[in-house]
Amino acid sequence: MKDGCGQEEALIERCRRGSRQAYEIIVRKYMKDAYFIALGLVGNREDALDLSQEAFFRAYNNISTLNSKWGFFPWFYQILRNLCFSHLRKRRVRKSLSLEQLTENGAVAFADDCAAPSAAVEQTELHRQLWQAVNQLDEKHREIIILRHFRNMSYEQMAKALFCSKGTVTSRLYYARKKLKELLERQRGPQTR
Amino acid sequence: MTCRQYKDLMMGYLDDELDDAQKKTFEEHIESCKDCAAELEQFRKLKNVTDSVKLAEPEDVLWDNYWSGVYNRFERGIGWVLMSVTGIALIIYGLFKLVEGIIKDPNVEVILKIAILAFIAGLAILFVSILRERLYFWKKDRYKDVRR
Repeated sequence: MKDGCGQEEALIERCRRGSRQAYEIIVRKYMKDAYFIALGLVGNREDALDLSQEAFFRAYNNISTLNSKWGFFPWFYQILRNLCFSHLRKRRVRKSLSLEQLTENGAVAFADDCAAPSAAVEQTELHRQLWQAVNQLDEKHREIIILRHFRNMSYEQMAKALFCSKGTVTSRLYYARKKLKELLERQRGPQTR
Repeated sequence: MTCRQYKDLMMGYLDDELDDAQKKTFEEHIESCKDCAAELEQFRKLKNVTDSVKLAEPEDVLWDNYWSGVYNRFERGIGWVLMSVTGIALIIYGLFKLVEGIIKDPNVEVILKIAILAFIAGLAILFVSILRERLYFWKKDRYKDVRR
């Protein structure tokens, strides 16, 4: 995740004056972050692409409301997350999201693809359970897990994106992981405790 | 410091977000607190699992065409505005011509002409009333500028 700088402020200023070329530079800079965050939140490639592009479209239309001191991404992230959560609420798909759907769509890959077959089966089952558990988290816990684990954002970057303090990020991450651990334990049974 | 306060440091320790002094403080605590050490170990196992799941990179063509997808929305936005405005204008014009034809037609009964005019007047009053109400509430809405 890239932090804002003078160059970005200049680009935003050009966007305010109607420059689509300037906006294209901003979109290209953040498109991967936007897409992967949306993918983590909604769990479907087509929806992630559609929602992230829609978020960029809406952001451009509202660029006059962007306060330069926030930087583009934290402000844009609010639009993106609202769109994703609204999409999930409308379709009520959270409960039905599963790793099977994600792997069918090619949304999730495993870092240990080269592991021994028996270990791979175990890992795949574990990953399936993990993804189910992530889907059961509430919105604020789910998003912090996505930002930290799937976008590898630092605490400072998360604090900026969520418009909160680093202390709140730490606390939210603690409770999100605790809840995730409990959900995993519930799924896997007492042998993992 | 209580264990609860050390838990705040635990996440930072796990994610390598602590400075050297905080790290040292936390390490000293877990050496003497079995509960926190056990919890840290559990979180570490969880982190190993979450770190091993990666979202798959899509094909390069998705990134190549990404901006086009955003740009198309700008074009479609303009298209929708043009289509909507001209569509509404054409419908109003058509209705106007239709009503004008009926009013000017000497074969149509006067009572029907009065009914049509009364219907149009009622529709206009309703439209103006709703529009005024919306404008009134929008001006009075204290939260309209609050960032959501």
